[in-house]
Amino acid sequence: MLDNKETKIIKIFIYIVCILLTVLSIFPFWIMIVNATRSTNQIQQHAVSLIPSTYLMNNVKIITEKGSFNAMVGFKNSIIISGCSTLCATYFSTLTAYAIVVYDWKLKNAFFSFVMAIMMIPAQVTMIGFYQMVYKIGMTNNLLMLIIPSVAAPSMVFFMRQYMIPSLPLEIVQAARIDGAKEFFTFNVIALPIMKPAIATQAIFTFVSSWNNLFTPMVLLTKSDKYTMPIMVSLLKGDIYKTEYGSIYLGLTLTVLPLIIVYLFLAKYIVAGVALGSVKG
Amino acid sequence: MKNKNNINAKYAKFGYIFVIPFVVVFLIFSFWPILYTTAVGFTDLKGLGNTNMHLLKDDIFANFKNVLSSATFQVSIKNTVKMWVLNFIPQVLLALLLASWFTDKRSKVAGEGFFKIIFYMPNIITAATVAILFASLFGYPMGPVNDLMTRFGLNRSGEPINFFLSKGVAQGVVIFIQTWMWYGYTTINIIAGVNGISPEIFESAEVDGATRTQTFFQITLPNIKTIMLFILVTSLIGGLNMFDIPKLLVTNSGPDNATKTTSVFIYDQAFSGSYLYNRAGAASMIMFVIIVILSALLFYLMRDKDEVALKKLAKKQEKMRAAELKAQELLKGV
Repeated sequence: MLDNKETKIIKIFIYIVCILLTVLSIFPFWIMIVNATRSTNQIQQHAVSLIPSTYLMNNVKIITEKGSFNAMVGFKNSIIISGCSTLCATYFSTLTAYAIVVYDWKLKNAFFSFVMAIMMIPAQVTMIGFYQMVYKIGMTNNLLMLIIPSVAAPSMVFFMRQYMIPSLPLEIVQAARIDGAKEFFTFNVIALPIMKPAIATQAIFTFVSSWNNLFTPMVLLTKSDKYTMPIMVSLLKGDIYKTEYGSIYLGLTLTVLPLIIVYLFLAKYIVAGVALGSVKG
Repeated sequence: MKNKNNINAKYAKFGYIFVIPFVVVFLIFSFWPILYTTAVGFTDLKGLGNTNMHLLKDDIFANFKNVLSSATFQVSIKNTVKMWVLNFIPQVLLALLLASWFTDKRSKVAGEGFFKIIFYMPNIITAATVAILFASLFGYPMGPVNDLMTRFGLNRSGEPINFFLSKGVAQGVVIFIQTWMWYGYTTINIIAGVNGISPEIFESAEVDGATRTQTFFQITLPNIKTIMLFILVTSLIGGLNMFDIPKLLVTNSGPDNATKTTSVFIYDQAFSGSYLYNRAGAASMIMFVIIVILSALLFYLMRDKDEVALKKLAKKQEKMRAAELKAQELLKGV
């Protein structure tokens, strides 16, 4: 009886903390979305309001006419870079993992150890050399320079290998060989579909991290028609928008809303994917 | 047996062929830049658009010495470490607490899935956006935080506060944002780790009358060591490269370079002012070495001693078995 009462109190306490954290997660974004519909004047009087106002179109007008923030351009470039990077990373990581799992070659174990060793190298420490190299060949404003590097994604190779070992029986590959299938064909037609669940999880994370990346694009892209979404966002801190509070919030909302919508649709898989990554890693 | 080896040999070349794209791209876009960055650290390369570099003649380590003795770099290392440690500790404590609640069968929390989704949400939002959003929330003179403080009577002076004029507040907000963005991720990982522990261990602990606290410290914690190491190492590497939030939250890194991290230092050296690529290169390499040393140290400290001992034992037994087999074979031969 006593134990029951104690459990109840603990439970109530748990819910209070969880609800507080939920408010903390949502509140900043709620203020942002509401303020995107309010005028600068209203925000100056009371910066916090839970009820949307009617100045959304006015803010849209300000943000499209003033300054260099251009959500459409940023959106387009970010979609191109993130989309292509995700395709490259998932396809070639699966291919590399396939080479490690299916074939017996002399340097196989050495190669796998090498993949593990380079997994932790952060992009920042190689940036100076990377920039100099790209500058020398005159490709600084070329989106390809942000896409091609994703072909070599060591941590994804590691993940794909872990997933492939139990889920791709080598007998299938051998059966395909007996039927006369070429190796590359076997990979594309038989192995890739089996790897679909792993590819889907990894695709989400690659897409999101590529979409959110600020450092590399900020170093490489100098022309405003090549800017990605995070660079566009960083422009909102510029002087032009300093006094246009409503339009700053609108700009932020434009970059966040697509992410939140996609997240809410895929949340179950994303949360499962986060857990999977650590257990396998 | 021979036939199988033949087949393997026949297809071995595809192993090499299929890793070509990975290897080529790695060599060009990662390996070469690392070498290049290292090399730049030993040269006089500076100035926008300049690519001609010459090895330093007088003192080959001049850039490294310069960076290491630079007050700004020292401050940026201090800031980076401080802000990482102060966000990591509350983040892990909160995550451990939430995970222990969510995995405890005795007080099953309804809506666990919902809470996980909400707690993880800040992590997928663009860090650049989050930084500017918080800059606006803490805005002066009339940001939402100021508004709330006045409304709830928390601000006695009645005057709006310019938060980012204070070094402590600027760093505090960075720390808060980092914790806020990452505790959900850490929680989900720890929950996955706890769920991976065999339920029988918990059951027998319950039968033995262990309290919640005892169960947590003596069963849960030791069993999620690997996950904790994973979280620690990834967070450390991420933390030492903190860039987006400190760069965009306050203009010019705030008062006394309050939010200048090493990554911001490297960026500012290389891509603004006098474009000192050589010093940025040297600073990058210093950070690289620090990260490698710290990660290796963590792996060494957190390595599973029991597992190492078990492996040694297994090896010994294997050797003995092999010796036995050999002896038997020899005996047979006799």
